[in-house]
Amino acid sequence: MKRFFLFSLAILMLGACRKKEDPAAPAPTGPAKVTVSFENVAGSQPLVLDSVWYRNANGDSVKVSEYKYYISNVVLESDNTKYNEEESYHLIDQRDDNSKVFELKDIPEKTYNKISFMVGVDSRHNTAGAQTGALDPIHGMFWDWNQGYIMAKMEGYSPQSPIGGRISYHIAGFKGEYSVLVNVTLNLPQPLIVKEGSIHNIHLKADMLEWFKTPSTVSINQTSVVGAVGPDALRFANNYADMFSVDHID
Amino acid sequence: MKQNFVFLFLCCVWLLSACKPDPSISPEEEITFSVPEGWPQPVYKFENNTLSKAGFELGRKLFFDTRLSRDNSIACGSCHQPFAAFSQFDHDVSHGVDNKLGIRNSPALFNLNWHSSYFWDGGVVHIENQPLNPIQNPVEMDEKLENIIAKLRSDNYYSTKFKEVFGDETINSQRIFKALAQFMGMLVSSNSKYDHFVRNEEGGEMTSMELNGLNIYREKCAACHREPLFSDFSYRNNGLTPSASNDSGRARITLDANDLYKFKVPSLRNLKYSAPYMHDGRFRTLSDALNHYTSGIHASPTLDPLLQNGIQLTAQEKSDLLAFLNTLNDESFVKDKRFQEVQ
Repeated sequence: MKRFFLFSLAILMLGACRKKEDPAAPAPTGPAKVTVSFENVAGSQPLVLDSVWYRNANGDSVKVSEYKYYISNVVLESDNTKYNEEESYHLIDQRDDNSKVFELKDIPEKTYNKISFMVGVDSRHNTAGAQTGALDPIHGMFWDWNQGYIMAKMEGYSPQSPIGGRISYHIAGFKGEYSVLVNVTLNLPQPLIVKEGSIHNIHLKADMLEWFKTPSTVSINQTSVVGAVGPDALRFANNYADMFSVDHID
Repeated sequence: MKQNFVFLFLCCVWLLSACKPDPSISPEEEITFSVPEGWPQPVYKFENNTLSKAGFELGRKLFFDTRLSRDNSIACGSCHQPFAAFSQFDHDVSHGVDNKLGIRNSPALFNLNWHSSYFWDGGVVHIENQPLNPIQNPVEMDEKLENIIAKLRSDNYYSTKFKEVFGDETINSQRIFKALAQFMGMLVSSNSKYDHFVRNEEGGEMTSMELNGLNIYREKCAACHREPLFSDFSYRNNGLTPSASNDSGRARITLDANDLYKFKVPSLRNLKYSAPYMHDGRFRTLSDALNHYTSGIHASPTLDPLLQNGIQLTAQEKSDLLAFLNTLNDESFVKDKRFQEVQ
């Protein structure tokens, strides 16, 4: 729905640009708008919760029932400057389409060629007291017994799992050798020209199957549950660090 | 001037009787937090959580509200009773919904703003994040935040009070936790006989037994139970045999074998009210606790180096020490009207 809306906006914009060729028509006005959208996929297929089985790099079957991750500290980079989103905390929840798109506000009018972000919640906000919005513990992404955010969560099913066919990966840890915070920087496939009246969406894809793939192939039979800070969690984080790509810019 | 005062006084009396305001706090009594003389600066100073009388009252209401539990039977105050220095009277371990038992003793709550971590294993490092654990723990309150918010929203007291404290009626977990932190952070206990003694105040005259006990404490206990908070807030294995649940303590958080069976050093204040003792409430009396240190130390790889040979105490020294520990009880704290449940 949101995509359709953005698509419509893009069409409108194109229309506006064409009009611009007419010297009598006014130039597009209003502040620039940039949104970022996340599309979760499984290889070449869309990620569908609860019903579709996928095969991971180890040959194990996986069905996902819950899939959430934090994206924080979003930065757009141009050759000589950076735009840092303020209060930049987003919980991408596969079950909630609205969570998968957010707007970057007050972007200076420049040309950007990179986007970067953290997967997870920066260490400071793990220990900064009661939070709200995306960081509200009501989202089930905060450990109450060993304080800190679950940076990414996958739950579901696999016949290869020895614990009743269930899988549960809660990836947490914000400090020390087992910090699972990963920074992702992606080149934009084309320059993002932010100027008055411009409307753009940076469309990212995130491949769920990367959780089980490079650099370290995961066997679900051997690792069906992760519920503590430690090497298993770190392994998943290092795996999903490369699951993101910029598919296109609208 | 004098007339004005009398008039004002009468007004107050009238107000008290006519409006029946909160009986525990007289209108002129403000809620302020101050660092007792000679104490270090606290870790938590109500940053981003402006302390107010209304915020404190809201926190107190929440603290004693059983609706924070799944079956509306257990409040924070159930396992943290004011007369027990906010521990649970006569319980070795906490007693939650459906008569479920936890594996640890409900710690006494006071001077919390000086703590850098919470729980026996230090798993939580911010006072505002602390209440989430007992609320969600299946053997304590076993409730979900969304249910609590729904229950509170249906109560006019809360809509009014949240608006008074935060500017609008929105009830969310952040506001609940900030209000609870205002109440919990205000639980300062600093008026024991010992405190009067060190401040050279009236009521601080120690007997020779108590003074002997103070010297023994400073020589043999203070390395861990450091003045003035009577804890250094470190994690130590004090030589207890592992509990029936084989609670690994701090190691559960750090996953470090060097932390096996280590627990946070508790304060020695208000021990009279907070029995039984130790992380699993295994000792019913202070004598039992002292006997543990003199003759019950269980050796293990993570036993604290200071306790390798136990603590040597003669019978007389034990009596003196117990006399001193008794000077750390703060009657005014457990009876402070501000900290009691308001019906």
